[in-house]
Amino acid sequence: MSHLLATPLAFFTPQSGGSPNADRIDSLYKITLYAALVIFVLVEGALGYALWRFRARKGAVAAQIRGNTRLEVGWTVGAAVILLALAVLTLAKLSSIQDPVNSGPEGEHLVSDSSRLYASNTPRLPPNGKSLKITVVGRQFVWQYVYPGANEADGLGAPYSYQEMVVPTKTTVTLDIVSADVVHSWWVPQLGGKFQAVPGYHNYTWFKIEKPGIFRGQCALICGRGHARMTATVKAVPPVQFEAWLAYQKKLIAEANADAQVARAKLGKQIGAGQVENP
Amino acid sequence: MATYAAPVPQIVAHDAKPEPKGWASWITTTDHKRIGIMYMVTTFVFFILGGVEALMIRLQLGLPDNTLVSPQIYNQLFTMHGTTMIFLFVVPMMAGLANYFVPLMIGARDMAYPRLNALSYWLLLAGGLVFYASIFWNPPEAGWTSYVPLSGINYSPGGGQDAWIYLIHLTGLSSIIGAINFYATIANMRARGMSWGRLPLFIWAILTYSVLLIFALPVIAAAVTMLLTDRHFGTHFFDPANGGSALLWQHLFWFFGHPEVYIMVLPGFGIVSEILPVFARKPIFGYKAIAASTVAIAFLGFLTWAHHMFTTPIPEAILVFVMLSSFLIAVPTGVKIFNWIATLWHGTVEFKTPLFCVGFIALFIVGGISGVFLAVFPVDWQLNETYFVVAHIHFVLMGGAVFTIFAAIYYWFPKITGRMMSEGLGKLSFYLMFFGFLATFLIQHAIGLDGMPRRVYEYDNVGNLALYNLISTIGSFILGAGVLVTIVNVTRSLKHGAIAGPDPWKANTLEWFTTSPPPTNNFDVVPLVRSYEPMKDIRREIEQRTSGVPAPGSATVPAGATQVGV
Repeated sequence: MSHLLATPLAFFTPQSGGSPNADRIDSLYKITLYAALVIFVLVEGALGYALWRFRARKGAVAAQIRGNTRLEVGWTVGAAVILLALAVLTLAKLSSIQDPVNSGPEGEHLVSDSSRLYASNTPRLPPNGKSLKITVVGRQFVWQYVYPGANEADGLGAPYSYQEMVVPTKTTVTLDIVSADVVHSWWVPQLGGKFQAVPGYHNYTWFKIEKPGIFRGQCALICGRGHARMTATVKAVPPVQFEAWLAYQKKLIAEANADAQVARAKLGKQIGAGQVENP
Repeated sequence: MATYAAPVPQIVAHDAKPEPKGWASWITTTDHKRIGIMYMVTTFVFFILGGVEALMIRLQLGLPDNTLVSPQIYNQLFTMHGTTMIFLFVVPMMAGLANYFVPLMIGARDMAYPRLNALSYWLLLAGGLVFYASIFWNPPEAGWTSYVPLSGINYSPGGGQDAWIYLIHLTGLSSIIGAINFYATIANMRARGMSWGRLPLFIWAILTYSVLLIFALPVIAAAVTMLLTDRHFGTHFFDPANGGSALLWQHLFWFFGHPEVYIMVLPGFGIVSEILPVFARKPIFGYKAIAASTVAIAFLGFLTWAHHMFTTPIPEAILVFVMLSSFLIAVPTGVKIFNWIATLWHGTVEFKTPLFCVGFIALFIVGGISGVFLAVFPVDWQLNETYFVVAHIHFVLMGGAVFTIFAAIYYWFPKITGRMMSEGLGKLSFYLMFFGFLATFLIQHAIGLDGMPRRVYEYDNVGNLALYNLISTIGSFILGAGVLVTIVNVTRSLKHGAIAGPDPWKANTLEWFTTSPPPTNNFDVVPLVRSYEPMKDIRREIEQRTSGVPAPGSATVPAGATQVGV
């Protein structure tokens, strides 16, 4: 409750503060909220006033009014004008929410990466065309993140992680959201809106985190019995630390691949010697 | 060169079969009033079931990390709750009210197709039984929206999903047949003098409801049939691995699903437009604007379905178009609210229990305004699929449809049963429901803004979520108590209520012209209709006659009693 009193506005507004797009949605929301509060007070007030002022009393006679064309046209046009203004405002703010910004100078040094597969609507890139592209794969009931750096032609060998996404600060990250099974919805409230992961489609969003920190979210669309536990964490670290983490993941994959090669070779020999059946 | 003999009048006598009595009379009936009562009783039973499911959901969410029910049971509960309330309560309850009152309000003796009318009731009951039978095996658990691939055979192998599909088929067929029947009845069987401009506003709403059902239901019928063949007969309509599209389901579902919202609330708008003028003792403000906005909402309702899909991968042009069309639909909705408030203005408002519909206006304003937030699609990216949306749909559907249904129960109970309901219990029920509703759902906006998605069986104890959810759960039980008081009121008043007489409220429409309850043939004589408030004309006529002042315009013929050719 103390938290509520300390930040009364937080009670009425969505979460923000992690990424510019979330902040811009928040400011668009607030404008809508202020307009809505005025309309809410006026209309509920008129209703309450009418009920109190015109309650049945002795001797009161109801006025037999059947309508008033001028008044009716007036409030129809008035409502339309308010909504038109809101539409214009939304369209004016739209690109600042949808279009990624450039990474900061202290952000991750990004090299161009050609391994992109896009299907439906086109992904949005920063003006300089450079972003860290992470593929978000929804699957029952965990989020998987695939980073650039595939070392095989079919895109395999790329570093990946589950549940916790590690990203560099001051760097624009673009997400390519896909699904491996049912429809999921990617959502980390402080980093912007949610986007569905639909099997067979690509969906896109972006964020840019200034300071190191941890941001929590979870799958927002019912995806089965484990839906409530399909959480996501985004951990923002300085670019240097990110580099180290990525290198470590690559090393782990390389080691696992080497081990697998040894095991395969051993199995091949055993099959050749007739010790085991070909699986 | 044949010559014709003059036809000889004949009287053909049949064996008169005795009328069935007791249970058999209900099962074999084709009387629109009896069918209407069966509709209302059946759907109210489903409302109680859906309400119990809702309370179980709220019990589970009352505490963070609660382990009262398993995630499987929880998913089944919210699937059953949503499906029940929409397909087995609100839509058929409106059909029940319309069944009873459309013929009475337009001065007809029955529906156009009485036997088809009985069929649509029995199909509804069959749908409900098939669906609820699944609770003994595997209830569906993919939500009332049943998105593919989750509702496909790979992820929902249980028969409950099939029971859900058959429910949509059976209740859909029931609703289409019923809708055609309402349309035919309203178009052809109105009393003499009841031109389109004199149609009661409830009838305008039911006419529009029928047209919406006729256009929207075939789409969902096709979609669930495709789902059925995908599940069992090897088709791949929704399977991306074989050239199908998972997004196609969302488009088909919401192309039906959004008009469905108006199918649920437009009859409620009609009920309010009937009740408010009676208790404000003042004509409805802007009859034409309200009728026109009903039709406008219905038309625009078919252009806004993709606002349920703002977070899916669809082109930006569609996002913008749907935002604009959703804004546009707010205009006729706002017009209705302004007209209702203007109806109260300078009236003499009597606070009787049918003023449940004033509670409706107060709540629907909130639902309408939160709808504008959701139509601004970048804002929707934050609010979609959270408790903010849960709050919005309950303000619109519970505040919008259920409160008007309760208003209708209190308003028309005297006509259906011949007895008045208790005012005291009615007001107690209203206040419990109204404030219980606010406690339950107002706080859910904040729950959603704090990042809690809908349809999660548990949540972590972060921020104020635990407190907010507890408030919501307590509110839901107050709301439930309010419903219980009305149930007590109905059962008590059936036997002990004061005798109502034909027209206890001094109302405006023709159903109050006949006795309460009405006889099987509804009217011995059908009066000539000269305005959209025929009962007011008749009362004025009677007043003038009894006070000895001649009525203007009609000297010899008793105005209220012009025999219609039978």
